[in-house]
Order: sequence, then C-alpha cells, then structure tokens
Amino acid sequence: MEAVNRRNRAKKYGMVIDLDKCTGCGSCTVACMAENNIPFRKDESDKLLSIAWLHVYKLTNGKPFPHTDVCYLPRPCMHCEGHHGHSPCVSVCPATATDYDEETGIVSQIYTRCFGCRYCMAACPYHVRLFNWWDPVWPDGMEKMLNPDVSVRMRGVVEKCSFCYHRHQRAMEKAYLEGRRELEEHEYQTACTQACPAGAITFGDLNNPKHAVYRLKKSPRAFRLLERLGTRPKVYYLSSREWVRQAGDNHLQQEKQKI
Amino acid sequence: MNSGLIPEGVKRCPTWKFALGVAIAGAVLLWGVYAMLLCWFKGLNQTNMNNAYGFALWIWADLAVIALGGGAFFTGFLRYIVGKDELKHIINYAVLIGFICYSSALLILAIDVGQPLRSWFIFWHANVHSMLTEVAFCLSCYFGVLTIEYLPLVLENRKIDQVPFFHHLGHNMHHIMAVFAATGAFLSFFHQGSLGGVSGVLFARPFGFREGVLIWPWTFFLFTWSAAACGPCFTISITKLTEKVTGKKLVKDNVVELLAKISGWMLTGYIIAKIADTIYWAAVTAPSKGFRMMDFYSHNSFYGLWILILEVGICGVLPAAILITDRGRRNQKTLVTAVVLASLGVCLNRWVMVLQMLAVPVLPFENWVLYIPSWQEVATTVLPVAYGVILIMVSYRYLPVFPQEPELNPVKS
Amino acid sequence: MFPFSFEWVWNTSHLVFHGGLWFALSIMGIGMTYCIVKAVRDTFRNEKDSHH
Repeated sequence: MEAVNRRNRAKKYGMVIDLDKCTGCGSCTVACMAENNIPFRKDESDKLLSIAWLHVYKLTNGKPFPHTDVCYLPRPCMHCEGHHGHSPCVSVCPATATDYDEETGIVSQIYTRCFGCRYCMAACPYHVRLFNWWDPVWPDGMEKMLNPDVSVRMRGVVEKCSFCYHRHQRAMEKAYLEGRRELEEHEYQTACTQACPAGAITFGDLNNPKHAVYRLKKSPRAFRLLERLGTRPKVYYLSSREWVRQAGDNHLQQEKQKI
Repeated sequence: MNSGLIPEGVKRCPTWKFALGVAIAGAVLLWGVYAMLLCWFKGLNQTNMNNAYGFALWIWADLAVIALGGGAFFTGFLRYIVGKDELKHIINYAVLIGFICYSSALLILAIDVGQPLRSWFIFWHANVHSMLTEVAFCLSCYFGVLTIEYLPLVLENRKIDQVPFFHHLGHNMHHIMAVFAATGAFLSFFHQGSLGGVSGVLFARPFGFREGVLIWPWTFFLFTWSAAACGPCFTISITKLTEKVTGKKLVKDNVVELLAKISGWMLTGYIIAKIADTIYWAAVTAPSKGFRMMDFYSHNSFYGLWILILEVGICGVLPAAILITDRGRRNQKTLVTAVVLASLGVCLNRWVMVLQMLAVPVLPFENWVLYIPSWQEVATTVLPVAYGVILIMVSYRYLPVFPQEPELNPVKS
Repeated sequence: MFPFSFEWVWNTSHLVFHGGLWFALSIMGIGMTYCIVKAVRDTFRNEKDSHH
C-alpha cells in the first residue's frame, strides 16, 4: 500500500519545448550558464570542448531555396526514464555518481563522487554529458557573481543539466516551512523556461493533470528524440512541421516512404 | 659481473649490449612517463579527446592489451585445468606477457580517468549494474593472480633460489598453481566478457548494442571467446619475435603447434559466432532502432566496409583457416602470418567497438566525429610497450623463462 | 563493496557480485597464506634436519 502511495505521489518532472515558437535566440543557454555556474574559456571556438548544458541545434530540411526551412532545437538533458529508472547513463556509472530519482524523475550527477571515467558520456546518445577538461577560471570579480546554490565543478568530472534541481530543493524547503508537501506549478521552474522570450519552453510534472506539460505532451504535434532506442526521455518537443518531427528519430527508407 | 644471476646452462649477451638495449627502451619509457606526468598534472586537456570522444585511444589500448594478455589465462587453463602438459614449456612466457599486459592496462586506466585519486570510488561505491565495475574488480583481482603466477618464476632466479625460504615458497606455489590458475580463468572469463559488455549494454548506441542472455549481451561472450582465441596467438607471436631477436630456438615446435592448433579451433568457433552476430545485428538489431547497416559504414572519410572485411575476413577467417590445418601450422611463414593477423584482428575488433561506436552519429541531425590522438596520448600508449620490452629483457636474462632453452641450445664448455 | 557503504543493498545482484569477488579474494588469500606458512615450516624443518 505504502509503495502504491509513494508511486502515486511520485513526480515526473519534464519539459515540453515548442519548436514552432523557438527563434534560436539562445537566451535559454545563457540563462542556464549563469544559473548553474557553467565554466567557459577565452577561446570557445571548439564546441566539442566547451560546456553548455543546454545546446541549441540548428536543423534544416536540406532543400534548396526557396523551399529551405530552418528549425532551432534546444537540447537540455532528457532525464531519460529508461526501463525502471535504468536510463542509459545511470546504469553504467561504476561509482554510483549519477542517480535516477524515483521521487522526481530527475537524473542527478554527484560531482564529488564522479572520478571521470566518462562511461556515461559514451552511453548518452544526446551528448548532454560534458567533461571538465579544464579547471574553471572565472574572469576577475566574476566569482562574486556565482550562484551560491550551485556548486562549481572541478577538472576531471562530468557534468550535465540538472533541471535546476537546486530550485526544487529551495521550493521544497519553503513549502515545508509553510506546512505543505506539494509544490504549485509556478514554484519550481527551470532557468531556461523563465528566460525564453518566446515562451517556447514549458516545465512541470508530467504526471500532474493540473500542470501544462501534462496536456501538451499529448498534443499530436508532440514527439521525443530517439524514442525508438527505448530511452524514454522526459523532454517533449512540439512541431507542426512533419520534417522536424521526422528529424527527431532515425527511420529506415521504407518507413520514411510509408510516412 | 652478473653471471651469477644468469640461469644455469644458458648463454646471454654481454652486459654492455644488454644495458644498451635497456637504455634505448628506457628512453622511450621516459618519453611516455613525461607525457603521463603532463596528463596527471595538467589534466586530460593534454589529449585530443572531447565531449564526443569520452573514450579514445587509451580505452582501445586497454581493451586490446587485455585481449592480447588473454594468452595467460587460457594457456593456464589448458595447462592446469585441461591438463595439456606440453604447454608447461610456454606457460612462463604466457604469464609474463599477461603480467605486462595487465599491469599496462591498469596504468593506462590510471592515466585515463579524470580524477585518478578517486579511482578507489569504483570499489568503495561500486554500482554492481555497471560493466565497468565488473571490469575493475575482476581486472584488479586477476592482476593479483598473475603476480602470484609470475612470482615463482622470479623465485627461480639462481641467487634468490639459494635462500631456503624463497626456494620453498616457489616450490609450494608451484604445487598449488592449479588453484590460482582456476581462479584466474574464472576472473578472466568475467572481465574479458564485461569489457565486451561495456559497449554491448549501451542500448542507446545502436552500433555497439547487442541483445543477449540475462544481463549479458552477446559481446560479453564474443570478447571472452576472442581473447581466449587470440591471446595465445599473441603469446606465440612474441615468442617467435623473441626467438628472432635472440637468434635462438626457445620453444619446441610441437608445443607451439599444439597451442596454435587449439587457438585455431577457438578462432574458427569465434569467427563463426562473430559472423552470426554481425548478420543478426545488421538484419534485426540495428533496423529495429532505425539504422541500416550501411549507415555505420558510410558518409564519413574513414570508416567503410573495409574495416569489417579486414577484421572478420583477413584477420579472422584467414588465420583461422591457416591454424586449423597441419600444413599451415608446420610452415613457419604461414604460422607467423596467422598468429600476427589474429592478434591484429582482435585489436581491430576492440578499436571498432570503442572508437567507431563513438564516431557514428546517433541523433539524425548530427555528423560523424573523427579523432586523431595527441602526442601525449600516443606517448602514454607506447609507454607500456617500452615497459614490456624492458621487463621481457630482464626476465629473459635472469630467469628461466624458457625451460627448453638449455636443451635446444646446449652451451659448449 | 562493504555492507556498511550506503550503496549496499541486501539483494541478489549485490550478493552474487560481491560474493564472487570475496570468494576469489579468499582463495588467493588462503592460497598464499598456505604457501608462505608452509615455506616457513619447511625452512625451519630443513635447518633442524641439517643440524642433526
């Protein structure tokens, strides 16, 4: 009975990103970097070495002008549910430095536990896991502007989007002080959601019918990235364009023809 | 000066020649040590790895040396458990090569992790669901077994053997070596397999992922099988190379041929299983995830079908066909070609399962990412080779590694 | 690795995995202890024999 109750109480935080609204402005990425003390270097030209928890991809339909179409796709961590919480990265970490929280559905990363084997990076098909190839160096005075709620990461460990989990902790503390056990939808929102000027990102509990994401994920425009791999991501995308929805997964030629 | 240390009944090169050889290998070793220190003190930014290539040259080298070092466990298994007594003439060398391979693997891993001082977390905070945990546990334990297996050989050194305690210790260890060999075979089965599982369990990486039985993907069994088949081939290759360098016959042909024959049949079995696995993967597993087989071998400037043909055909079917025939094994040229090809084949398989797996794009809007290692990565990968050469030189000079050597090369007094 | 680290769970996977590990370590430990103890005994026995 207790298990059933716990399951009923369990949240499944997730995101719905409307690609029809996204302009590719990058505000989400900037907000994420500021909120989460993400390190950067003087030369950020090699994107394979830089750290951005939320990366904005530019997709094109591959057709020549005048039929060219472009779509921007912001990609945070998918917080994959996998099978019974065995998301691709969680089950492979040898030192239990990453965990799937059954209460919130959030995949965490314990920086002080990670010893930098990078197996999780190899496991993640979305490239959301990033390695600290250098120690973070902040421009003079900037260390005073860091977010005190988020620990900075040292060289040699893996980091990734946490769905701004520190905001969840803060909201829960406040709720507890007020004698509540449940959060309102607006009490826990990620930095990228709040920063998006187009309102393209919606965040909430995918299990809660009162939350907007609950309804949005059921939209006929909704799809997830690489669904057929069985990762069961908790980030949904919306697009009215067929080619964008198709670009979210791999399809064999005959399947494409059927569509 | 050191003639008292050299085993009885054998001849060794003059000290200056030996010292020169050690110095040359030592110079390469120092180059590797310098690169290793750079990686430890400055961090992994010294490498050309990046966020797309979390695993690269080092993990390949790790998997490759462990597969090549598989000669130790399989020869030990054949000698002590199956009872192939002739193999006692090559087991010492197989153990020595295994010892070098496994100590190298541990060293490479210590350089490869981002926070080496936290390496003990893998044991302390072990996640039993991770293949890498299984690798770490079995690999460390098996290195312990190899040390135990190598120790009696060290104790057989003329000077050390004069100490009664060491003499008795060596004798006692020989006496129960079958127990250690059985433990080693048990551990090897699991760590060779779990290295295969490392890529096989990645269900979100369609190039590496394989179905399997219970918690083990097919790559688990293929890796163990290929290490048992190709490890002894590497032992034979190095034995032949040592014979060439020393200009002496060190192991009788019947011993080498027996090991080559067993390897040949193991390789035949393995390559049939590998072909079946590849066909099933290409026809069922990959398409179920939306990939055609050719997606993995096209649209890039390096990885083409040639790598599959080279691995399975030229470095798999061909050496297997040579080694299972009497004529192929008796002819020195075909024998050496076959064992070298088999050793290359297993290295290529490990390369593909690590590097190509990461190079293949999974998101439809991403591209292939190719990688060239930095000199620091190359130097630290060459480091174990130099260390291995030195350890072989020292062991060959001062220990009775090849029991048949005095008989095959009588010293005129 | 040890039951007192908080990742430890008393379930089949932990018991099988760590059981295998401790089994292998025990064999190695007991085997080496046997060899060393016997070597010490053999050494002293031989010395005694040579005195007689």
